[in-house]
Amino acid sequence: MRLVADKLAVARGNRTILAGLSFELEAGDSLVLTGPNGAGKTTLIRTLAGLIPPAAGALWLDGGEPDQSLGEASHYVGHLNAIKSILTVAENVGFWSRFCGGAAPQRDAALAAFGLSQLADIPAAYLSAGQKRRLGLARLLLAPRPLWLLDEPTAALDAAAEAALAAAVAGHLAAGGVVVAATHQPLPWRNQRQLRLEPAAPGP
Amino acid sequence: MSAFWQLLGRDVLIAWKEGGSIGIALGFYLVVVVLLPLGLGPDLNLLARIAPGVLWIALLLSALLSLGRLFEADFEDGSLDVLATGALPLEAVAAAKALAHWLTTALPLIGLTPVLGLLLNLNPDAYGVLLATMLAGTPAVSFLGAVGAALTVATRRGGLLLGLLLLPLFVPTLIFGIEAIGAALTGADSFRASFLILTAISLAAVVLAPVAAAGALRFQLQ
Repeated sequence: MRLVADKLAVARGNRTILAGLSFELEAGDSLVLTGPNGAGKTTLIRTLAGLIPPAAGALWLDGGEPDQSLGEASHYVGHLNAIKSILTVAENVGFWSRFCGGAAPQRDAALAAFGLSQLADIPAAYLSAGQKRRLGLARLLLAPRPLWLLDEPTAALDAAAEAALAAAVAGHLAAGGVVVAATHQPLPWRNQRQLRLEPAAPGP
Repeated sequence: MSAFWQLLGRDVLIAWKEGGSIGIALGFYLVVVVLLPLGLGPDLNLLARIAPGVLWIALLLSALLSLGRLFEADFEDGSLDVLATGALPLEAVAAAKALAHWLTTALPLIGLTPVLGLLLNLNPDAYGVLLATMLAGTPAVSFLGAVGAALTVATRRGGLLLGLLLLPLFVPTLIFGIEAIGAALTGADSFRASFLILTAISLAAVVLAPVAAAGALRFQLQ
């Protein structure tokens, strides 16, 4: 399992956000993206998820399942938590579990790992911001995917939830997964490689 | 394929739990059809003559009301990003959501139609053929509507734009639907041709519209 970016450039509209970006991540590596607001952290994460096509350069995953796109190989947890507030916690997690092809034991383990078991029957609308974030992160554990893409994963999390996230990431890395996370705060797991992004100079 | 049915099931469950979007569509349909005879006066022959057209137009406008939310809710809460990166192709995601719209909006509207027909003095012979044309024609409304909803998903207050985009696309369905009813009532031979064209439009929309909607969504998600 190896994630390779080779002279990657990403543009939004006519504006080049990222250019000449190269990195290689082996199984068990985690890359932490830092940089000021507007430096392109979210853009890079969305590109890795296959939502934005690269403007130039190449991006590929070695040793994954053949014919699998980057998006299919990744769990993407963006700023938004992909939660339906009208559905209960259990219904939300249950839907994503079945949609991702996960099994029931993993689903219950994911709820327990992020401390959501007690809240299972509560509509997601009643959750606090941190609880919603935990529900969004619980999606990571529903079905195994080699690449985890986390955009400011610790936003609104308390210490216990940060520890749960650190444990989940450590388990994923130990199993040979790759994590790419964008953040402004220190992230609570070990073995991080740092990549600092700077805002692109205004182009011609 | 299982993911397709899961998504369809989730959307039907949300529509059932929320109730609001179905309620608004049904309420709008009811209000338009109730107000019309009051505005036109008690000319029963006139009402009977225009009833099929009025019911079809009111149904189209009611369906249009709820189409704007088809992808918007998933776009706003981030679900669409996750749906787009999953193993299910985005075309199938669009098809599942359009099918869910047909089940949760078009079918209830069609179910209300016989009651509203009474208010318009609809010819008793026309009930069966009117419902048949609606059943055959509304899949085109939901699936073509998905294309418009995908194009306007990132547009705040895109309702007017959605109407302008979609109403021209609904014209063939409307024309052949009304044509088929008129032919059936007068016993003309053209019923079969009109009804088959109406069905063909729906079938083509079911196949082609998800591809167009997925293309629009990919662009909007960038």
